[in-house]
Amino acid sequence: MSSPVLRLSGITKRFGPLVANDAISFDLARGEVVALLGENGAGKTTLMNILFGHYVADEGVVEAFGKALPPGDPHAALEAGIGMVHQHFTLADNMTVLENIALGTQKLNAWRLDRTGARERIEKMSFDFGLAVDPMATVGSLSVGERQRVEILKALYRNAKILILDEPTAVLTPVETDALFATLKLLVAQGLSIIFISHKLNEVMAVSDRVLVLRSGKLSGERVTAETNRSELAALMVGQEVEPPPVPPVAPGELQFVLNSVSTARRASGTALDRTTLSLRGGEITGLAGVSGNGQATLAALIAGTEVPTAGEIIIRGTAARDWSPRAALGAGIGRIPEDRHAVGTIGDMSVTENVIAERYRSPRFSRRGFLDWRAARKFAEQVIADYDVKCPSPEARIRLLSGGNMQKLILGRAFDEEPSVILANQPTRGLDVGAVSYVHRKLLEARGRGAAILLISEDLEEIMALSDRIIVMSKGHLSAASARGERTIAQLGELMAGHGVEAA
Amino acid sequence: MRLEPKTAPSLIVTLLYPVAAILVTFAITALLVLAAGASPFSVFFLVWKGAAGSQFALLETLTRATPLIFTGLAVAVAFRAKLWNIGAEAQLYIGAVVTVVLGTGALPLPSFILIPVIMVAAMAAGALLLLGPAILKTRFGVDEVVTTLLLNFIVLLFVSMLLEGVLKDPMGMGWPQSSRVIAEAQLPRIVQGRRLHYGFVIAIVSAVIIWIIMKKTALGYEMRAVGHNPQAASFAGIPVNRVLMKTALLSGGIAALAGFSEVSGLKGNLTLDLSPGYGYTGIVVAMLAMLNPIGVVVSAIFVAGIFVGADAMSRTAGVPSYIADVMVATSLLTMVVALLFTRYRLRWK
Repeated sequence: MSSPVLRLSGITKRFGPLVANDAISFDLARGEVVALLGENGAGKTTLMNILFGHYVADEGVVEAFGKALPPGDPHAALEAGIGMVHQHFTLADNMTVLENIALGTQKLNAWRLDRTGARERIEKMSFDFGLAVDPMATVGSLSVGERQRVEILKALYRNAKILILDEPTAVLTPVETDALFATLKLLVAQGLSIIFISHKLNEVMAVSDRVLVLRSGKLSGERVTAETNRSELAALMVGQEVEPPPVPPVAPGELQFVLNSVSTARRASGTALDRTTLSLRGGEITGLAGVSGNGQATLAALIAGTEVPTAGEIIIRGTAARDWSPRAALGAGIGRIPEDRHAVGTIGDMSVTENVIAERYRSPRFSRRGFLDWRAARKFAEQVIADYDVKCPSPEARIRLLSGGNMQKLILGRAFDEEPSVILANQPTRGLDVGAVSYVHRKLLEARGRGAAILLISEDLEEIMALSDRIIVMSKGHLSAASARGERTIAQLGELMAGHGVEAA
Repeated sequence: MRLEPKTAPSLIVTLLYPVAAILVTFAITALLVLAAGASPFSVFFLVWKGAAGSQFALLETLTRATPLIFTGLAVAVAFRAKLWNIGAEAQLYIGAVVTVVLGTGALPLPSFILIPVIMVAAMAAGALLLLGPAILKTRFGVDEVVTTLLLNFIVLLFVSMLLEGVLKDPMGMGWPQSSRVIAEAQLPRIVQGRRLHYGFVIAIVSAVIIWIIMKKTALGYEMRAVGHNPQAASFAGIPVNRVLMKTALLSGGIAALAGFSEVSGLKGNLTLDLSPGYGYTGIVVAMLAMLNPIGVVVSAIFVAGIFVGADAMSRTAGVPSYIADVMVATSLLTMVVALLFTRYRLRWK
């Protein structure tokens, strides 16, 4: 190895009493992919924000190409050739790819964009690195995977030599993930260095040369990828071995929830349902696999009550529902875990207490004649915090301050409180660390054990296969026939996900 | 130069910054006073004396604060649910019109029945006036900033038409003014021989009621949830559109009470200069109070004090009373900056 392109020495960052990064040091060599692995809240993002100059470290130095970076200056980091692709994209939707990429690279007093030059450069880069995207398309019309390519191109356009990718696969389909990995290989071959932040073990194993594991702010281990394995990394990450959840046999029960030939309104965005039929039985987990954007969102919205059927029936325990709404769904005993816990599942600026009562504040338990019983609400919040092992400073804390895993536990506590007979779990473990994932899985299996009918929507095929009693694949708005546990192989499911053999019913 | 978020703002800092904001406001206005050729200290002293230096001054300030409490509350309620009601001025005038229509002899009722009837009718009119923009917003996505703002001018012209027509005082020597409300429709004075009237008490009671609604009731909870995150509120089963309607009814109703209180308690009749922009100043009052209903009372008295004090000061010191507008506007800006600094730290780099 030659001299490192990037060196972090003794980085420490405290937020009040919390030590987010504790004396972290590591080197990054030219042409190397280093994975930064850790649970949510382990301090990965904080470390990268220090590196990129968004935060100022309390102690420690960041050196790029042998020169110390001035702390707290993203501009200097950019100048030094560090490019960051954030988890949440920073693109202007109503502008074209070209404009987004060139934005900020030209002098402010330049009269107009040098479009031809910029376009040629972008097209060459996208060809060289397999980052296919039309420079003239507006960003708003692109898929999530394409937007990520734009973010990477943006960094490369600024001559980045070190690329930081923060949870890049969290938003990608399996196919897009593979394409991203191929691109990373091409970039590394060109001499770029990459820091790949993730909590997904298989991806880290697939893409990195070296793995750094963070646990509660400390560097808990450093391994050469070729010389380690998943269980060792998992152990370093959570401090204990993790096992797949045991799935005890449960006899399927009564039909709890049926969609009978249901259609939804066609909109400009999103896939509409067209005469979709689906039945969920008690004591059974039905796994819905599929690449995102194939109608899962509409199906989930329909079950959650935020979408109404234009034709067909929703039948709950034998009775057709009328006036479908979120309140009707809750009243029918449907527990709902939404896909996006930040934007839909919680109200960030309200307290934990205010959030846990959101689905039931009008019930006699929490209100009398229009007045809320804050004591009962607080008691409920404390009960959820205790029962679901939520780490939070107090029930009065704004829920925004909680980590993703703790937020999800509160959502589970809220959804499972009155033992719902039907459960909609939409991407319930996306973005969660290993510990929180197994916790969510345990809770879903517990609900299955007491006879709930569960629809598990996930893009993680392993999760679907591990938990589901029957698996349905969704493609282009249509559902495949159900297969029993272990009946179809990954390859067969993959075929269905790609749209082969899902009949247009 | 850039901003870095503070992790945990301390209580002292949270309290100190507003004080600093007021000091900065005085410093900035002091420069203008100097430019007008007067001594800032004597001017500020005269403003203070004019606003609170005597029983008369203090009561005058509270009188002026009364409509501002109503409009400030109306704005605070609406803004909490992120319903941008810029139309408190129009709702105030509609409340005043209803007061004049019912209070000039149309209903021969005793005072203790007539006044509540007028209040309810005025509130209903103000509520309905804001319901239109709220329906347009929830049904068709029409921006309520535009509709409520423009309604102000429409309503003012409508009032002007009424004052030249059906509501014109036959004894008014041709002036565009309404007849005076009958004695039974008048709010009594709190102190004999002074202008402060029971409208002030109604305003304080309204503030307490709004505070209770916001803090203790399911409706207040719904309004805050809808204001913070309508998507999550809707997912949780909160009927977002219905909550916005209720918010509009409440906000418009309270704003209309400002018009009722000014006519019934102070002026006695309706003219086109009933409100020197109380509806707009209500926005400043609500923002200064950080949308807190009790804070609205404090900030309304503060703003009214500056206006009343500046009037008195200009008579003696010869500095134009427009300095009051500058002070109020500056205090809003410095307060916004102070709020920013309680949450962020400035880095020079």
